[in-house]
Amino acid sequence: MIPTLPPAEPAALEIEAGESLWSGAWHRLRRNRLAVFGGVVVVALGLLCAFGPLFSQSYQDQNLDLGAVAPNAAHWLGTDTLGRDLFARTLYGGRISLMVGLVATFVALVIGVTYGAVAGYAGGKLDAAMMRVVDIMYALPFTIFVILLMVFFGQNILLLFVAIGASEWLTMARIVRGQVLSIKKMEYIEAARSLGLSRRRIIFRHVIPNVLGPIIVYTTLTIPSVMLLEAFLSFLGLGVQAPMSSWGSLIKDGADKMEEFWWLLVFPGSFFSLTLFSLNFLGDGLRDALDVRAAKD
Amino acid sequence: MLRFIGRRLLESIPVMFIIVTGTFFMQRFVPGGPFTAEKAVTPEVERNLLAYYHLNDPLWKQYTDYLWDLTPKRFHPGALASGLDLKAAFGIDFRPSFKYPNRTVNEIIADKLPVSLELGGWSLGVALLIGLPLGVLAAVKRNSWIDYLCSSFALTGICVPTFVLGPILVLVFAIHFGWFNASGWYGPIDRVLPSLTLGSVYAAYIARLTRGGLLEVLSQDFIRTARAKGASEARVIFRHALRGGLLPVVSFLGPAIAGILTGSFVIETIFQIPGLGREFVNSAFNRDYTLVLGTVILYAGFIIALNLVVDVVQVWLNPKLRFE
Repeated sequence: MIPTLPPAEPAALEIEAGESLWSGAWHRLRRNRLAVFGGVVVVALGLLCAFGPLFSQSYQDQNLDLGAVAPNAAHWLGTDTLGRDLFARTLYGGRISLMVGLVATFVALVIGVTYGAVAGYAGGKLDAAMMRVVDIMYALPFTIFVILLMVFFGQNILLLFVAIGASEWLTMARIVRGQVLSIKKMEYIEAARSLGLSRRRIIFRHVIPNVLGPIIVYTTLTIPSVMLLEAFLSFLGLGVQAPMSSWGSLIKDGADKMEEFWWLLVFPGSFFSLTLFSLNFLGDGLRDALDVRAAKD
Repeated sequence: MLRFIGRRLLESIPVMFIIVTGTFFMQRFVPGGPFTAEKAVTPEVERNLLAYYHLNDPLWKQYTDYLWDLTPKRFHPGALASGLDLKAAFGIDFRPSFKYPNRTVNEIIADKLPVSLELGGWSLGVALLIGLPLGVLAAVKRNSWIDYLCSSFALTGICVPTFVLGPILVLVFAIHFGWFNASGWYGPIDRVLPSLTLGSVYAAYIARLTRGGLLEVLSQDFIRTARAKGASEARVIFRHALRGGLLPVVSFLGPAIAGILTGSFVIETIFQIPGLGREFVNSAFNRDYTLVLGTVILYAGFIIALNLVVDVVQVWLNPKLRFE
């Protein structure tokens, strides 16, 4: 009479499924109130900026007779000197700012992940050379080069995406490379290799999915720094051009006129800071939840 | 140590070379030149202008001539003391400005750079003087209200960018209370708001890094040993823990200084400070090529040199890092 084991097995499997990396991370993330707050705010702001302008007043209709008025019932955040509704302008500016944040981060993501994965997987001399390049580029004043690009090649929003993305991929490349270096020694990679899979397939099918955690965390943290750079450029007048407006250019307008019309500075500034705040909380929460140590520093 | 420094210096030569080459050709291949916006000039004047700036030479000659002008040819740092003359000190000639034909870029740099350096110095001081004590306090009084206060300060500093903080400080302390001038760079009082604005972001980062670094060190065995031997808490913190705990801060100083340099573009614009940062932004708008190139190269050289200093200090603080 040997006791049969099978009944125990499904239960063990269930526990394993319940404690997988992603669902465990999800539970940990939900317990982190600040991160949840950040996530909710980011989603809410994103939806508001994406769909708000469809319902709000026009962001460009001028009303010169009205001029700049303080916040009131008709214009919740007041109007600017040309009588344009500030709430609509802030939402519309948020659209551009968030879009730049997402697209430029995506550019940085693609460059950084590919570069880091190739360097880490190749190893040896190629890896050393590629990482030396990254070290050297770390020392370069990238903001200055983005400014130069914008000045010399005109203030084109596509160029803005590429320029910002191209200057923010370095840390991503470093993180991915470090992860890949440790993953490529795992048995399942060995197995894939002995099955005769091509290098490309191994990198994209097996290595990258397993470094997803750090990539997600760092992507979340890259978005605010990309948005900061965009706003920095727009503040200097080198980013998004009129009649388009981003939070950076709205803040610039507000700063020029704040002596008389404080709301022009305070509201776009608050929206912008709140977004940065939330994204940083969310990123920190994700880092703790996914237990990523390599990100930052 | 000397070998390490020497090797890093040698390595920085190709980096500078790439920067110079990149910016030189970037500005040559763009539509529109520095003179296109000007009112039409007679052919003779144009010929003279082109000759004055050597724009008639073949491109490769312009490039090699420019490279030669930038190559350091002598070393008399003493000449820097009397008016920051890069030509007298190192033989570096950034050529005449395109926009102000009777001024050389060297003169403009000598004129404006000290202002930017002063602003940067004060800002770095603010960052260290606020950030370090806050970080140490937060780590020592971990999970107390001081810790939470420090953390929220650090987060605020990180999330409120300089170009929001600066105008708001002006609005509150200059316009509303009238304690400071809203702009300008005359008396010592004009240094306060700009350096606070520029320094606070880095103070926030430094506080965070100090807290993290110190907490990590404080949990190590040699700290317990020091405590067991009866060292006072102050001695444990300042003698034993701080040296290792400051490592993350030191490695952050490189990026911080680079950030302060570029951050000064915005600060100098907000507060109308006559420094090199504002001059750089203006020169970029004016397509003043020689001035743009000169400033970029100067800043790049600065940042590379400072990174080297940071690396050396880092190794000096942490003997575990060999000079690889």
